[in-house]
Amino acid sequence: MGDREHDPRTTGGLQSRLDRRDFVKACMAAAAAVGLPATVGLRFAEAAAAGLKPSVIWLHFQECTGCTESLLRTSHPDVGELILDLISLDYCETLNAAAGHQVEAALHEAIEKNDGKFVCVVEGAIPTRDNGIYCQIGGRTAQDILTDVASHAAAVIAIGSCASWGGIPSADPNPTGAVGAPEILKGSGKPVITIPGCPANPYNLLGTVLQYVTLGTLPALDDLGRPLFAYARVIHEDCPRRPHFDAGRFARQYGDEGHRLGHCLYALGCKGPETHANCSLLSFGEVGAWPIGIGHPCFGCTEQAVGFRKPLHAAAELPADAYPPIEPEHGTSATAWAGVAGLVGGALLGAGFVASKKLGETEEKS
Amino acid sequence: MSTTRRDLIRGLAAGGAVAAVGADAVASERPQPPADAVGMLYDATRCIGCRACVTACKKANNLPLELYDPPEDLSGETKNIIKVYEDENTRSYVKAQCMHCLDPACTRACMIGSLQKREHGIVTWDPSKCIGCRYCQVACPFQIPKFQWETNNPKIVKCEMCLHLIKGGGQPGCCEACPVGAVIYGPYQELLADARGRVERHPDRYWPQGSPKIYGESDGGGTQVLYLSAVPFSDLGLPDLGEEPAGHLAAAVQHGAYKWGIAPVALYGVLAAAVWRSHRSSGTGRD
Repeated sequence: MGDREHDPRTTGGLQSRLDRRDFVKACMAAAAAVGLPATVGLRFAEAAAAGLKPSVIWLHFQECTGCTESLLRTSHPDVGELILDLISLDYCETLNAAAGHQVEAALHEAIEKNDGKFVCVVEGAIPTRDNGIYCQIGGRTAQDILTDVASHAAAVIAIGSCASWGGIPSADPNPTGAVGAPEILKGSGKPVITIPGCPANPYNLLGTVLQYVTLGTLPALDDLGRPLFAYARVIHEDCPRRPHFDAGRFARQYGDEGHRLGHCLYALGCKGPETHANCSLLSFGEVGAWPIGIGHPCFGCTEQAVGFRKPLHAAAELPADAYPPIEPEHGTSATAWAGVAGLVGGALLGAGFVASKKLGETEEKS
Repeated sequence: MSTTRRDLIRGLAAGGAVAAVGADAVASERPQPPADAVGMLYDATRCIGCRACVTACKKANNLPLELYDPPEDLSGETKNIIKVYEDENTRSYVKAQCMHCLDPACTRACMIGSLQKREHGIVTWDPSKCIGCRYCQVACPFQIPKFQWETNNPKIVKCEMCLHLIKGGGQPGCCEACPVGAVIYGPYQELLADARGRVERHPDRYWPQGSPKIYGESDGGGTQVLYLSAVPFSDLGLPDLGEEPAGHLAAAVQHGAYKWGIAPVALYGVLAAAVWRSHRSSGTGRD
């Protein structure tokens, strides 16, 4: 029998250690994922190998832990291992070995040790109704914990739609008054990066964290705090099914011919045209497993106005520039050339007339 | 069926004779659709802008498909197109295509009868007759007929309501393809009744809100393609034509030019005068 540690039956298919080559490769992939050059990937690896691992405090509130789970189950490369090697996860309710008072003590210790330097990752929405009593850990409300921890953090990253803008807990009728972390922290002046998604793509988190650690900078953000490298474009723009949209080939019902042939899912209610995310470029879980990839319309999980609000089969708003306007610009060149041609023609006629007249005169003289 | 030289001259002579009678011959009462008239009803409030109709049209008519670069406007390769109207508050798609007028300007302008209202009142183009004058392009108030500038043997391209499919018991490609029934095909009178029913049931959904209008019911003398919309039709590129049949102006222009044979008489008069003058001057010079 082999080593228990390397038996895929006990490790769930994950290798417990990465060799250097795989580690550097994984760092490169993480750098490439966020649009940084490969040399930065090397710096990621060097920083991590030198033990300059950033302290991360991971807070869980109203959520399903799907973001954590998807992060741990990324299979190629082995990000579950990678994240433990690249960052120092000092507090995370899902992964903590300790429990109860021990873990609360660990949290306080981590905050004190890295005051002002650690990254606070928030997962889950924060209830505000009835003084936030609907989510309490260790006797403190989510609101309290977040404001306290965030005040000591260097940066706050809200992972998943719940932490970014409320997500599922904030869906109508929103009985707990759930809101996202930016809403709670908006008065604190703390930068909040949001990485919405249900779950969020782990690479978007990893890239953001690593850029901060290695280069000391935060990625460029849009007005909702989303990193532009991941959320600048709508899914529709880079969708693998986009040519079918442009050609008007649509799946009309689940299982019909168009659906089996992989045609565009817009007519089934795909929200790709109004959802900002990089799912179509950076496949989810690296195996192409994302809604559109498996034949289901995008339901707009990253977008506050769309995900869990707009009915699944309601048609998405399309960007207007995808269509010609009522009076398309045909350019003025045709008209201008017609005018020029007219002038030239007139000049030729006039010249001909004058020439014939002169010819006549010379004939008369001779 | 091709036209012989003899037929052509005979036709021209007959046309000239009709033209000489003058514009008064144009029927002044409202044009009526033929008994077997078919049509289309496009409801802009239902359209989701998927452009399935554009592709289906190209397939049905063997026109080239542009996969990555959708057409910008009607062209020699595009018989129908989805355009968008947008302002601060509203947004509406519109399907631009031949309206199949009850009294079309193009058939009036076509001096040789290539464009005519044929079976079911559908305006079709007969390549064996067309001489390429493109008067139809000038005459059409909707700017529908397009010319294939890129080819050596150009054709006039316009929606012919997929007559070849209708003859086989089918329906136009666009109507078959529309996933939401925004454009439907059927007998003209049934579609008109359908449109009237819709505006009656939802007077606030359509423009003008309260007492909506069906574009094509009487516009330009009536068209076999009918439109419903939530925004003013002029915003969608459908001109305000009044009830005057579209063919009247075209006929007046076309017939007016030949009234009493003024145009040819004037032209040949000028030419004759020039020849006479030239002949006289050269004659005196030589003698």
